[in-house]
Amino acid sequence: MSNTHADTVLYVRDTMLEQQAPPSSTVGPVGWAKDNLFSGWLNTALTVLSSLFIAYLLYRLIPWFVSPTWDGSSLSNCREILDGHEGACWGVIRDRWQQLLFGFYPPELYWRPILTLVLLLVALAPVLYTDYVTPKLLYFSAAFPFLMPWLLWGGTVWMPLMAAAGFAIGFAVFTLVSRLLNAGISISVAAAVAVLWWVLLAAPVANGIASVLPLALEPVASRDFGGFMLSITIGVTAIGCSLPIGIVLALGRRSDLPLVKILCVGFIEFIRGVPLITLLFVASVLLNIFLPPGTNFDIILRVMIMVTLFASAYMAEVIRGGLAALPKGQYEAADALGLDYWKAQRLIIMPQALKISIPGIVSTFIGVFKDTTLVSIIGLIDPLGLANGIRADTAWNGIYWELFIFIGAVFFIFCFSMSRYSMYLERKLQTGHR
Amino acid sequence: MKKSVFLGALTVAGLAAGVAGAATLDDVKARGTLNCGVSTGLTGFSYPDANGEWQGFDVGFCRAVAAAVLGDASAVEFVPTTGKTRFTALASGEIDVLARNTTWTFSRDVDLKFTFVGVNYYDGQGFMIPKELGVSSAKELDGATVCIQTGTTTELNLADYFRVNNISYEPVPIETNAEAQQQFLAGACDVYTTDASGLAATRATFENPGDYAVLPEIISKEPLGPLVRHGDDEWGDVVRWTLNALIAAEEYGVTSANVADLASAPTDNPEVNRLLGTEGELGAMLGLEADFAVDAISAGGNYGELFEKNIGENTPIGLARGLNAQYTDGGLLYSPPFR
Repeated sequence: MSNTHADTVLYVRDTMLEQQAPPSSTVGPVGWAKDNLFSGWLNTALTVLSSLFIAYLLYRLIPWFVSPTWDGSSLSNCREILDGHEGACWGVIRDRWQQLLFGFYPPELYWRPILTLVLLLVALAPVLYTDYVTPKLLYFSAAFPFLMPWLLWGGTVWMPLMAAAGFAIGFAVFTLVSRLLNAGISISVAAAVAVLWWVLLAAPVANGIASVLPLALEPVASRDFGGFMLSITIGVTAIGCSLPIGIVLALGRRSDLPLVKILCVGFIEFIRGVPLITLLFVASVLLNIFLPPGTNFDIILRVMIMVTLFASAYMAEVIRGGLAALPKGQYEAADALGLDYWKAQRLIIMPQALKISIPGIVSTFIGVFKDTTLVSIIGLIDPLGLANGIRADTAWNGIYWELFIFIGAVFFIFCFSMSRYSMYLERKLQTGHR
Repeated sequence: MKKSVFLGALTVAGLAAGVAGAATLDDVKARGTLNCGVSTGLTGFSYPDANGEWQGFDVGFCRAVAAAVLGDASAVEFVPTTGKTRFTALASGEIDVLARNTTWTFSRDVDLKFTFVGVNYYDGQGFMIPKELGVSSAKELDGATVCIQTGTTTELNLADYFRVNNISYEPVPIETNAEAQQQFLAGACDVYTTDASGLAATRATFENPGDYAVLPEIISKEPLGPLVRHGDDEWGDVVRWTLNALIAAEEYGVTSANVADLASAPTDNPEVNRLLGTEGELGAMLGLEADFAVDAISAGGNYGELFEKNIGENTPIGLARGLNAQYTDGGLLYSPPFR
């Protein structure tokens, strides 16, 4: 049979042709450029024009950026170094970068904010990279919120410990009471006992122990906080607190209990209806007048609370969007499995709703972090406020771009990393519904 | 989770609230530091240096008050305030004295319930132009575009001045002094108007200051002075007479260099003796040490020294004394007698 065709066809190829490399004009950089940049006369023209424009920009900008003024001691000194050429005056960054990063924090204590930042990353690791990091680190993550203020503000170690003890006491009360009464009442009782502990007993007990066993770091006043340290402290606190508060508010808004629903809707709509800067003015100005004279309610704490409330309201709406996007069948499936409300939320609803909301959540985070620069309006020395102060020094008066470029670059690093992480997370959680 | 920390701090705040309501002078002495409100950054008047120490003319006054009250020029907490927060910070007791180039006006004194204790800098609104504009008087500015900070008294003064002189202008609204400098240099406006001290500081930063001129007209009165809360006259007196001591010290030739010598023994000049506390009981009347003025002058020098060090003709800002000279030199500085 194999020779059947031999009689009818002159030649039959009995092996496959060797694969040829594609023409060099369709592969590699050349092919890519041909496809994407020069695929038609219009695209070719646009490509040429934009390259010329970019080249012109770089031609003007690079000499400005590459400027031998790192050692300049003042603007006029920079001008002497440049000797009539255009150029940046980077001396201001050399002179003030520590101030821009740490504000007025005592230089010999810089290790404390640096250590806090490192520990923050360690505490975040088990939350952010569940695949690579042992879950045991979560215990450290739980301790970090108490460690952070102690490292940054200093003072006795017993105060944050006593604050943490409040949770332990609350939990103990909850376990005891829940044996006798139902869960709702025992939660309220436990919360009341914990609040009583914090308000009435925590400080005296902490002071009492401190007088016996003084384990303290050198205290640093809030007024010495500034620069990026201030932005990051406010930003991280607001980001860290707004997600849980936002989840609770979002659930509350969808609740069937009228009182809970009204409270949550009222809070969310009120906060979202007011600009952040107004809330900051309330924190810095109105509270000053309403609180009894001589009250020393820390300004940074006030600002943190306000920014957190602000972020929580937005977060609640983002998460509510995720909840609303879940098909009704998921809720019904949870009910059909006989899960109670909290179990259904924890095991079925929230994992899906949060996954849907990731882009919205992260943009809220980024927005909050950038909004922290608004605190310069109420006299806190954030990087932008500090830029103003640095310009008031006669040595650097008249310098704008160098400072703003530095500040912008640092902000970009933080915001861009957050955004890249959210993309990674989305890819990781992608379960292929679409 | 961090909520607990907030609550913990709230507790501390609640406990601290117990001690309040005493007179400011007693508060400051008990606290051991003076809370002084300054600007977040104004060239020559208050700014943080590379070590995070506050410097400037207003800052120098704060140090003098701290030295007079507490005997220690470094016992000051500088509270940076913005134009929007300064008055509430003072009214609420967050700061004890506000030394933040604040113009003494009727409504601030009477309606806002503050007491201006004197004037430490007589300023006024002026105009800066590029020399190539060829203008020598503000009256020739008909039709000019003017860079002006919105929402300030300068804006109102400008409108008044042009209306009185029956000429027109086109405002270019800007938000900050930094923005104004850029706009003006870029040629977005013909004229930049703000306080004369600000104009001098701005002009000093230009690459070619010689190409720009400040017009001779000063169109407003801007007496800048420290202020305290209304109703605490004892504290007001302390701040007022610290300022007067600095001014009088210059008049009598008492400087930071010779104050220790002059105070070591009574001199021939009884006025100097009373000022420095080697004669009479003036310090005790204020509730301060007899040598409060010695401390205040040693802190940063007398008024003239503070002026020369921070904003005077040997600094890049290069302001002449002008109205801020002693009355004996044709200025307006005139301290009431120490008697």
